[in-house]
Amino acid sequence: MSFTTGWKGPAPRRRLTIPMLLCLLMACGLGIGSEASAASGESQVQASKGEPQAQAKGEPRALLGALDTGSFQAKGDAAQAIAESGAEQKTRWLQALLDGRLGKERRGDRFYIVTDDSGREWPIIDAITFEDAGTGTRRTVDIFKINNELRTRIEGLLASLSLSAGNEASRLSAAQRLVGEVTADNADRVRGMRDDEESDAVRGQLDVALALYDLQQGDAEALDALRGNLDTRVRNALTPIAAGDSALAAEAQSVLDGIESKRAWYDRAQTLFFGLSAGSILVLAAIGLAITFGVMGVINMAHGELIMIGAYTTWLIQQALPGQPGLALALAIPGGFLVAGGFGVVIERTVIRFLKGRPLETLLATFGLSLVLQQLVRTVFSPLNRRVTSPEWLQGAWQINEALSLTLNRLGVLLFCLAVFAALWALMRYTRLGLEVRAVTQNRAMARAMGVRATRVDMLTFGLGAGVAGLAGVALSQLTNVGPNLGQGYIVDSFLVVVFGGVGNLWGTLVAGMSLGVINQVLQPWVGAVLAKIIVLVGVILFIQKRPQGIFAPKGRTS
Amino acid sequence: MTIQAVPQERDRSRQAFLSRSTLVTTFALIVGMLAVLILNALPASSALHVSGATVALLGKYFTYMLLALAVDLIWGYLGILSLGHGAFFALGGYAMGLYLNAQTSPLPGWQSIMTYFPVAALAILLAPGLLALAFGWLAFRSRVTGVYFSIITQALTFALMLAFNRNEMGMGGSTGLTRFYELLGFSLASENMTVALFVASGMAVLLAFWLCRAITVSRLGRVSVATRDAEARVRFIGYRVDHVKLALFVVSAMIAGVAGALYVPQVGIINPSTFAPLFSIEVVVWVALGGRATLYGALLGALVVNYLKTVLTGAMPDAWLFILGGLFVLVTMLLPRGIAGVISAWRGTRFGRRTGERKEVSA
Repeated sequence: MSFTTGWKGPAPRRRLTIPMLLCLLMACGLGIGSEASAASGESQVQASKGEPQAQAKGEPRALLGALDTGSFQAKGDAAQAIAESGAEQKTRWLQALLDGRLGKERRGDRFYIVTDDSGREWPIIDAITFEDAGTGTRRTVDIFKINNELRTRIEGLLASLSLSAGNEASRLSAAQRLVGEVTADNADRVRGMRDDEESDAVRGQLDVALALYDLQQGDAEALDALRGNLDTRVRNALTPIAAGDSALAAEAQSVLDGIESKRAWYDRAQTLFFGLSAGSILVLAAIGLAITFGVMGVINMAHGELIMIGAYTTWLIQQALPGQPGLALALAIPGGFLVAGGFGVVIERTVIRFLKGRPLETLLATFGLSLVLQQLVRTVFSPLNRRVTSPEWLQGAWQINEALSLTLNRLGVLLFCLAVFAALWALMRYTRLGLEVRAVTQNRAMARAMGVRATRVDMLTFGLGAGVAGLAGVALSQLTNVGPNLGQGYIVDSFLVVVFGGVGNLWGTLVAGMSLGVINQVLQPWVGAVLAKIIVLVGVILFIQKRPQGIFAPKGRTS
Repeated sequence: MTIQAVPQERDRSRQAFLSRSTLVTTFALIVGMLAVLILNALPASSALHVSGATVALLGKYFTYMLLALAVDLIWGYLGILSLGHGAFFALGGYAMGLYLNAQTSPLPGWQSIMTYFPVAALAILLAPGLLALAFGWLAFRSRVTGVYFSIITQALTFALMLAFNRNEMGMGGSTGLTRFYELLGFSLASENMTVALFVASGMAVLLAFWLCRAITVSRLGRVSVATRDAEARVRFIGYRVDHVKLALFVVSAMIAGVAGALYVPQVGIINPSTFAPLFSIEVVVWVALGGRATLYGALLGALVVNYLKTVLTGAMPDAWLFILGGLFVLVTMLLPRGIAGVISAWRGTRFGRRTGERKEVSA
């Protein structure tokens, strides 16, 4: 069993993408640079023509004309002028410029935006009127080239532009983009917008962006605004500042330490969550065993296959209801319980009943059943793994903050596990069946003398344990693929959880499963997934030697 | 094997050792081996010729029989069901595998001592033996019994499987150890080597059978049977039950280790799947099918199930797991004493006498 391979924590993913993006940007910059130098002869000639046009500010043609220059510095100034102008089309111009789709007619003075530059013939529109202008090619349209520095500058301009327009969500994302992008060019603009901003969330982001800029200018007071900020960009910006030797550096270091310790806490919370979610799977798989093994004393080696049957039921129901994974899952919960429970009742009636009081023989017979069930599924369905799609509300992650995000399907399984546990506990505690089960467990002869039909209780108890295994299968189908060997991997772990927790004790199973899950997760970063598992296994083996009755010893003389 | 408070212990032991089942089994083993050797020596054109491949297959069965014997010694006579005996088998196999690998290329680090056969032979006995000693000492001292013991042995072999799957172990990772060419200076590919390994395996089965029989008829064996049937009472009388269990468990693990060591050169590979809990449980089924607490039943069960496996996995691969699973269920429900039970019941009716109705083995 490997709970670990399924982990795709969001943090590592982000760490991966940032360097990748940087590489991509650099590659683009290099490519553009070389193209620019190749065409430099031509553009220098044009540069002299472009100068006088730049003076006529405010007029669209003049604004775009100012971009027609070889100097990237002048281009940047022209872009700035566009951003500050009142032209309606300025956002689109800047976006097109950023995408490398804004250009000028080579033999004429019209400006075009290329709408699709994938082929040789580009569909183009007029940049000022946005009217269809037929097609253009590399020969007819001279695309304005930009370099990396200019790109950053245009991105900043665009961000501050979208800050002043649009709804709150787009303003917020613009403000988030601005973190680390505030430069001398747009600092004052951003400051002005921050004062005009209505939304607290956007203002908060702008404060962070400005504080980071101020700090880079040597303003120590700006540090206070950054204290405890979890944004990676803030941390990256602070690191070089803290590396210095000044008082500011020491201050920055203390802020950085604060951020690091806060991140460490959230990391721990994340590990705890992963551990609890892995533990909840263990608990779900083991809790059915806790009933059949703990309460009835029956070793059911086919328990894993009952889990598998629950998972296959989910898959079948989903096949019957294409396009409605939510409904299918809702139906699979009672469905999985009933189907697996039905199998359980049949197994109890046909095999286990005859092996009463011979636990080792029961172990062997149920192991045989597990082989038969596996092969049955292989023959009926196919040995291939099946994929169960999760409903939308179980996909994705709940991003609490920059450092902590909870995967929704794992969260769902955790809550489901707790719900199943609560239901089972209530059943054992408050219902007539629970009372009868406890009575038969404690003193079979006496319970029968009081009129409890012990054989019926046996059947129902086993069916209940099997049904809970089916529920575990439903939950597992949301996390992994469904295959004939699904259950096999859980059998060793489930037994260990039950024995570790104390046989016949539901609470013990819960505590044992959760703690094994968390211990496994905590060990993993140090020693790796496999070794962590081995350590947990050996640890439990040693624990059982020391305390054979488990964490919670059964009270009274039942053991 | 029945427990009687008879003072002349030595005489009784000798009688029990030379019981009918010991003699018949010894005879059957020797005759079987000789028959295979003679048929193998026939010219290849003869209809009765037994090919080298078949001899190798029978040699493999012998190692399985040896493993079944080891399981029967502790399950049948001590009542402890180990679901992790495959681990001892695999450890012996890995020790042999390291030695075989060392014949072609020098091994790194500590493994280089495995180049020498005496060291390797020692390791084949000591690796499983020490593991069983440590594990058994912990388990029996804290009176982990019955199902709990079965579960933790299963966890043990599972943990070992995970460990041997890691490349850092230096045991070939998930591929395991393979590419064996030479044993004691002789090529493994030659037919003579196949026959030699077959004979060695057969002799090992015979010796292990005698050893187990000697143990079970001895005082130690009778205390162990008493432990199986009423552990608390034996402890109360004053026997150190944990010592008895530990002794038998270690001997059993060593036999399993030897079985593994003989298995590896005949099969040509040892990998972590041998540690898989499924294999260990399969071994238990061989013993259950053959009949527990008879020793010869274990040999018979291993032979029958593995022969069936060879035939059926070839003829109808899909059905094999149905049949194996069905065997588990049917044998435990209908033949609680296995084939050996059927034989003794048949003998009982045929000769019109009761063959010492043994107490139903319950564990």
